[in-house]
This record gives sequence, structure tokens and C-alpha cells, in this order.
Amino acid sequence: MKFVCSVCGYVYDPQLGDDAADIAPGTRFEDLPDDWVCPVCGVGKDDFEPEE
Amino acid sequence: MEPIKIKENLWQIPVTDWNIRDFHGYSVYSGTTYNAYLSTGSKNVLFDTAKKGFGEHFFGMISKIIEPNKIDYIFVNHAEPDHSGLLPEAVERIRPDKIFLSETCGKAITDHYHGKDWPFEILKDGQEVDISSRKVVFLETKMLHWPDSCFSYLKDDGILISSDAFGHHWATSGRYDDEVNSEELVRHSKKYFANILLPFASLIKKLLRRTADMKLKINMICPDHGVIWRNNPDRIINLYDKWSESKLESREKKAVIFYDTMWQSTEKMAYAITDGFKLQNFEVIMMNLRANHRSEVMTEILDGAIVAAGSPTLNNGIMPTVSDMLCYMRGLKPSGRIGGCFGSYGWSGESVKEIGEYMAKAGLEQPCGAIKAKYVPTEEDLQKCRQYAADLAEQYLNHIKGE
Repeated sequence: MKFVCSVCGYVYDPQLGDDAADIAPGTRFEDLPDDWVCPVCGVGKDDFEPEE
Repeated sequence: MEPIKIKENLWQIPVTDWNIRDFHGYSVYSGTTYNAYLSTGSKNVLFDTAKKGFGEHFFGMISKIIEPNKIDYIFVNHAEPDHSGLLPEAVERIRPDKIFLSETCGKAITDHYHGKDWPFEILKDGQEVDISSRKVVFLETKMLHWPDSCFSYLKDDGILISSDAFGHHWATSGRYDDEVNSEELVRHSKKYFANILLPFASLIKKLLRRTADMKLKINMICPDHGVIWRNNPDRIINLYDKWSESKLESREKKAVIFYDTMWQSTEKMAYAITDGFKLQNFEVIMMNLRANHRSEVMTEILDGAIVAAGSPTLNNGIMPTVSDMLCYMRGLKPSGRIGGCFGSYGWSGESVKEIGEYMAKAGLEQPCGAIKAKYVPTEEDLQKCRQYAADLAEQYLNHIKGE
């Protein structure tokens, strides 16, 4: 499932991962490390919500 | 201060801050303006306000057009205090029927001005609002440059009120792009982009694609700082397109060298590296951080392909001036450029490693490693510095040749 940053609108897509943070494609949002942050605005995982 | 009539029933309210020189750590050697806009008609509508402390000028200009309490609505495109600082006073004086803003901006305004019971009317991205004399299309432009940033597009006029985007810090009596020095206008716009918008370059690319897809007719761009782009709005759009490129090959054949020095050893290295780039026919600019403000250095970095930073080792680290510059640059993320690190040392020589760590976090790869010289560089050391510049230059030249 995709998750959306409630601050800046960035969408975490598990199919893409997050290359800049060495997150491999296929990584579920739930499996991201606790210190992972939004690559656009820098907030933590707590500020993300499941995409409707 | 005088309001500027842009066209029938539309005004700019340009609060001019002639004497500001430090804008939260960004050097503004020619001041700035905080622009609001006023649409008049059967509904009078104010777009943004200005910085706190300028109320006399701001409401004085509005009073030359209409009594401020005749304003019906306020649009808030951005919560930052240089544009919303007069909002509490404006709401008090105007008692608007509605304050139009995005949900995110509403939260940010509440977090700034605490506990106000203001008549917010939350708008969604792309929503159209009929203000009787004209229609406003409200566009959310999140992270350009705050989460709350928005544009107000006056559909019938083809006028984009663009908040901080396309702006520049420059106090001028001329209020349009065709009334000021053209080269200086680009210089100030470039500085604004490098120091405010650079971390969001990829979002700017997306925004430009979106506005092109929407086929927005843009006759004028009205930013919240600086002059109105009326003669040639495409000029700044094209420059934004260029400045927001992510790839190394889009950069100029240009190297920026910044450094500090204790006993001129690191400076000798800086001169030799500068010479090395000149020998490769690179444009090169050498900037001692004691003489050059961090925001000027960033402006030079914007179109450069190579950034080399130098510091002697001081107390097992780097000099505070270099730390300041690297900390600033790290946040602005000038990726898609080649990095280099150099510095003299006495015994332990940690400076280049620390510079390299900052550079990596700024998104700069360092394919040629670092170069250091003990105490005072010898001629052999200086020749290595010239060669180091040649190696960095070669990396760029090979890249653009596709090797």
C-alpha cells in the first residue's frame, strides 16, 4: 500500500522504494526503518497516512 | 509608498524594505519588497499581506485605493511571516467575510497566530473561486517552498500571483521587469532560486510540467518579492526550467572554490586549484569565506559543475566559516555536481574528511577524493593541486562526452 506524507504530499510507493535512502524497491512502508524520513520535507514516518 | 495599478481593478501593494541586509541569513544587499495584491470591484479581495512592522505603509497604500474595511476577502498564499505578518492587524481592521487558504496553510497560520477565531474558507487544489470581477484558480504548490505555499491564478487576466516562486530580493522603484536592469534582475532571481528553492528543484520541474499541461495563459507573473514579470514572463519560466535541472551535463563548465585559511597555506592550494581549472579552460571563481557571504557562494554554485571546498585542520576539525558554509550547502542539496576537498594541516589532518562528509550529505560525489598538504605546500604540492583540478575537470568533460 502507498503512504502519503500529510505535510508535503510526497507519496511513498513500495514498488519504487527510496533510492536516496538505500530503500530497495519492494519494501513495505511498515518495514521502513524507524529513522526513515520523508525525502521531500524531512518529517518522520508518524506523519504518513495510508493513501485513500 | 504608492500602490501600483497593474490593470483595471487590480493593484500591487509593494511594501518596500529598502534597508534590510540580512534576510534570515541570506544577504540582501539591495533590500527587498513584500508584495500584496488587491482586486477591486463588487467584491474587494486582498492577496497576502506583508511583514509585521510595515502596517502604516501597507494600509496607507490600500487607503489610497479603497478604505481597508471595504475589503471582503483575503487570500493567504503562504504562511511565512514576511507575507502573513500583518494578517492579524489586517483581520482586525478589515473584518473580512472570508479568508481563503489551503488546509495546510490554515494549520500553519493557526500555529503562527494561535487561538484566533478567523473565518477560514478552506480551498482544495485547483478549486475555482468567483470573486465577481474575476475568477481565481487556487493552486497548491506544496514545498515551493513551504508545505503551505500556494498560487492564485487570475483566470480571465492570465495573471499568476505566485507567492515566493519567481521572486527576488531587490528593492526598486521600478515595479516591472522592463523597468529595471535586466541582467541584475536575473542575478537577483538566480540568487533567490539558489538560496530558497534549490532543495525543491525536482518539484519545480513537476510544477512547470503541470502548468504547461494545464495550458495556463500567463500574461504576467506577480511574485510576492520583487518586480512583476509582464514584458517577458517566459524568461523566468525558462530560467527556472534550466536551474531546476538535476543532471551534471546541464551545468556550465565552471568551478566554484570556497575556503578559509589560517596562515595562507590552504589559500595557496586554492590559488593552485584555481589555476588548474583555468588551464582546463574552465570558468572558475575563488571565494574566501571571510570575504564572501554564504548566499553569494550558493549563487555561484547554482550553475557550476564543480564545487571544491577547502579548510585547514583546526583543532582536529574544520574552520567555523567553512562549517557554516557546508552546513548551509548541505541543506540546499546542490546534487548533480562534482565535489572536491582540500586543505593544509600540521599533524593530524582531519579537515578534508569532515568536508567530504558534509559534501556527501549535500549530494555531491567526490570521484577524485581529497588533497592535503602539510604545514606549507611545496611546489610539488601545488603541482598536485593543479593536477587535482585537472582530474576534477576531466570527470566533468568525460561525463558530458558520455564516457
